[in-house]
Amino acid sequence: MDGKRILQMVVTLIIVAAAAVAVFAPAAPGLPVIKDIPLGLDLQGGVHVVLQAVGTPEAPVTPDSMKRVQAIIANRVNGLGVSEPVIQLQGSDRLLVDLAGVKNPDQVIGTLIKPAFLEFKNEAGQDVLTGADLQDAQESTSPGGEPVVDLTLTAAGAKKFDAATKAAVAVTPHQTIAIYLDGKLLSKPRVDEEIPNGKAEIHGGFATLQDAHNLAVLLRSGALPVKLSVLESRTVGPTLGADSLSRSIRAGIVGVIAIFLFMLLYYRMPGLVADFALIIYTLIMVGIFAALRVTLTLPDIAGFLLSVGIAVDANVIIFERFREELRSGRSVRSAIDAGFKRGFTAVFDSNATTLIVAAVLYYFGTGEVKGFAVTLGLGILVSLFTAVVITRWLLHVTAEAGLVKNNKIFFGVEGGR
Amino acid sequence: MGFNLIRARRYWYALSLLVIIPGVIALFLHGLNLGIDFTGGNVLEANLGQPATVAQVRDVLDAQGIAGLAVNSQIQQSSPTYFVIRMPVLTEDQSNALIGALGKKFGGVTVEQNQKVGPQISGELIQRAFLSILAAAVLIVIWVTIRFEFLQGLAAVIALLHDTLVVTGLFALFRIQVDSSFVAALLTIIGYSINDTIVIFDRIRENRKNVSRGTELEDLVNLSLWQTIARSINTVLTVIFVLTALLLVGGTTIKAMVLALLIGVISGGYSSIFNASPLWVDFKLWERRRRVRRAQEAA
Repeated sequence: MDGKRILQMVVTLIIVAAAAVAVFAPAAPGLPVIKDIPLGLDLQGGVHVVLQAVGTPEAPVTPDSMKRVQAIIANRVNGLGVSEPVIQLQGSDRLLVDLAGVKNPDQVIGTLIKPAFLEFKNEAGQDVLTGADLQDAQESTSPGGEPVVDLTLTAAGAKKFDAATKAAVAVTPHQTIAIYLDGKLLSKPRVDEEIPNGKAEIHGGFATLQDAHNLAVLLRSGALPVKLSVLESRTVGPTLGADSLSRSIRAGIVGVIAIFLFMLLYYRMPGLVADFALIIYTLIMVGIFAALRVTLTLPDIAGFLLSVGIAVDANVIIFERFREELRSGRSVRSAIDAGFKRGFTAVFDSNATTLIVAAVLYYFGTGEVKGFAVTLGLGILVSLFTAVVITRWLLHVTAEAGLVKNNKIFFGVEGGR
Repeated sequence: MGFNLIRARRYWYALSLLVIIPGVIALFLHGLNLGIDFTGGNVLEANLGQPATVAQVRDVLDAQGIAGLAVNSQIQQSSPTYFVIRMPVLTEDQSNALIGALGKKFGGVTVEQNQKVGPQISGELIQRAFLSILAAAVLIVIWVTIRFEFLQGLAAVIALLHDTLVVTGLFALFRIQVDSSFVAALLTIIGYSINDTIVIFDRIRENRKNVSRGTELEDLVNLSLWQTIARSINTVLTVIFVLTALLLVGGTTIKAMVLALLIGVISGGYSSIFNASPLWVDFKLWERRRRVRRAQEAA
């Protein structure tokens, strides 16, 4: 019995148990850590859409107009109240938008790509105001209970509107001013009196206050400088997402338990140590995911589970070496070091090639595939660390603690000399 | 280790061809069953408010007034109320109008998934898929040449080609639909299979240093295979546990990817033991014979 080694064993167990509780167990503010990992839209429902800007001679696609498009889309997304949206420029003329946890994904896409070009026209068909003259737009309910959008004009807009309303009331009967959104007539009120204060109101065409709110958001964020079309879109309903998540978790638990049992039965003591190292591996990976706020998607879960397989493999390679060394008559202690030393080149070279493939996946992949590549790559690096550093140390500690007398049988070698 | 795995190599090659050839024929005859990621189009998965028939859903498509929509769409019913509708590319307005019409006719509709891939994206995807597999193969040959030798790199890449053909061929044969995750699965299989192969090559490299000069190459490689076979099988087994669990209880949306991985990992384990190292032995023997012949000609 080696008191120092036993103490190390106990301390390690306590640290890992504490980490496991922090990662998985509920309660306590800020815990569990696993809740910090954002779920991808395939796991909680949402929208993934790639928008293509289509230029016209009057409105060409330029880096500047794309930046404005991005800002406007970001405003619209904020207006929808989506948390943690992803809005990224892709190439020179595309915009990627990922919105997780959206309940009515298909309407959201429709709202995002609306040009939202607002025009006020007099009876002669001349433009009186455009969306550029707006300072603010807010939905409200008129005294009659009708949903309306209240507009506040800029100083220049107020002056133009003052002139237009003055002209409209100068003739009898008073003229109308028509309000168009994207070429569609919203309302055509008759002007009762001159409006000098820069206030206007859009009514008609709103079934609910929510509709008025949506238009107010669109008008506040401004008109898109170029036309957008949907190149690619994927929407996932919240039920399907929740179902996928619970199924993957169940599958993961079943698969990992099978690995644990197999390792324990086949490799005995080292198998138990490897299982323990796998728990540490899982905790480190969850920690990294939470710290980097890597969005977890279904392929990521598959990639993670596959990386558990790879992490096991590094242990298997080394344990097989270790057994050979034991069979050739070495002591447990020197067999551990010899096993690691001779197993290392195989572990290193094989993991390096898998890392190359992960890099290729990352470089050529898009979206989901990129995430999968990151998971796989991280998994390889972390598993190398746990297999080579942690498992080795744990094996030494276990072997030298002297808790078991018949070491060789315990380490899975029959009839060790 | 009485049985010599290397001397029986012709049987292993034959078994590989037995699996690959039907798949390749299927691939040439009707190609892969490509999902919308590659073809472009819309796929709507919807849960209707009441049980319906495929014909009723088709009527709704017909009533949309989009030329050829009902004819060119494929409607699949997976429960009395759950439908998967594959259509040509629709605009956002058309797609929303269709969802609205379904809801009106069948007393409500829950959109579980709605995907659209434009033809532009799908073209880029095919190009990227091809490029990424090529890049992975080239980089692996370079790495193996640096760490081992060129002929081993060549043998390893042929084994990878084997795995790619097995998976792609079986998917073609059984008409399983492939999407963008299929490419990721193929690359992962490549990464996994090469991993297996390298571990065996590592053992061969080590044994070549230690074994006495007279040992036949076949016997040396055979010994290396037997020394690593427990590890090869154990590793494949652990991954099979995880993948089988994912296949049986995991989410439906990644089933095809998991199936590809499962077939690929088994094929990868097989090709590492029964193709890569035997092929390398053949290459080495050819090289040796050619050298002898050249020496004789020179003499």
